[in-house]
Amino acid sequence: MSVQVRIPTILRQHTGGQKTVEGTGTTLDELFQDLDGRHNGLRARVVTDEGALHRFVNVYVNDEDVRFTGGLKTPVGDGDSVTILPAVAGG
Amino acid sequence: MARFDSLADTVGDTPLVGLPRLSPGPRVRLWAKLEDRNPTGSVKDRAARYIIDEAVKDGRLTDGATILEPTSGNTGIALAMAARQRGYHLVCVMPENTSEERRQLLAAFGAEVVDSPAAGGSNAAVAKARRMAAEHPDWVMLDQYSNPANARAHYETTGPEIWRDLPTVTHFVAGLGTTGTLMGTGRYLRERNPAIEIVAAEPRYGELVYGLRNIDEGFVPELYDESVLTRRFSVGSTDALTRTRELLHAEGLFAGLSSGAVTHAALAIAAEAVRRDREADIVILVADAGWKYLSTGAYTGDAEATAETLDGQLWA
Repeated sequence: MSVQVRIPTILRQHTGGQKTVEGTGTTLDELFQDLDGRHNGLRARVVTDEGALHRFVNVYVNDEDVRFTGGLKTPVGDGDSVTILPAVAGG
Repeated sequence: MARFDSLADTVGDTPLVGLPRLSPGPRVRLWAKLEDRNPTGSVKDRAARYIIDEAVKDGRLTDGATILEPTSGNTGIALAMAARQRGYHLVCVMPENTSEERRQLLAAFGAEVVDSPAAGGSNAAVAKARRMAAEHPDWVMLDQYSNPANARAHYETTGPEIWRDLPTVTHFVAGLGTTGTLMGTGRYLRERNPAIEIVAAEPRYGELVYGLRNIDEGFVPELYDESVLTRRFSVGSTDALTRTRELLHAEGLFAGLSSGAVTHAALAIAAEAVRRDREADIVILVADAGWKYLSTGAYTGDAEATAETLDGQLWA
């Protein structure tokens, strides 16, 4: 059971410069806890102390924003792809 | 009636056309709202008109004023036409990684373009424009990202047009930039029928565009209200390019790249509707046509190489 996680440039200090890392879990919350064991500090950059996503961070499971699919409770599974991105403007 | 008093009066009331070849079947139908039929060729003519009218009404914008606006292109071009017609001077702060055609169009309308760094994309343009506004207190920054008149343009025009033309609409899919189109249209359609799904397709660029020093420098437009959306998809350059070409090849629709991203999200929703055996009328907002992206190779270039080039550009 492994989920591929794409890490944005600004968070790669926590992954030794790796662009993608792998983790396990049945929900995003479990996945970030698993990742934090190997990539210290990564979780705190994405998840607040109150257990929500940081305002300027977007997380996608298979290209869909998790704020609309259950937040950190969003289920993940083998073969899923998770993308973390900073919020940017358009227009 | 197709007679108008002036070019400015031709904003809105755009055609909604069926996409029979892209639609998966008779029960799941795709429709395109052709916003390239606005006077400067994009959906932004709606917001520009409302934003300027509002600023004139409340006295912020007076004759001969200088307007300052951060823009990746279309809003700038729409404001530039209005500025030309009404005698304002326009300064656009634009990321340097935007298409050549957008710059030429702005220059043609007489707008002044100030570059912001490619790294950071529109965030950097917004930050730079807000700094410039502080340095030039006499300039008027209309700020499409926070200006309620942007969303109201869509609440009062785009939404009612769709409801009038397609009362059976089940989904509205549009690109997410300032969020004005989705907020305004979404609120209006939801009020008419709370079951309508409002779906955002957000462009996903290459790393350069997200090259921020700090996550707290991220930017969420003040207009954005998460509760209006049902779902939000992130669409990369390759998928946007593939769908842009599909629109052209299947339907003969020459759309810009953000419409490819919107189509990508719409087709995912259409496929779900088919799987669940549900009827659906899915409206795709085509924000602009392909003219401004010809130089990127989007329509004729090698697909892989073009997608790579687009990754570092702001194509929506």
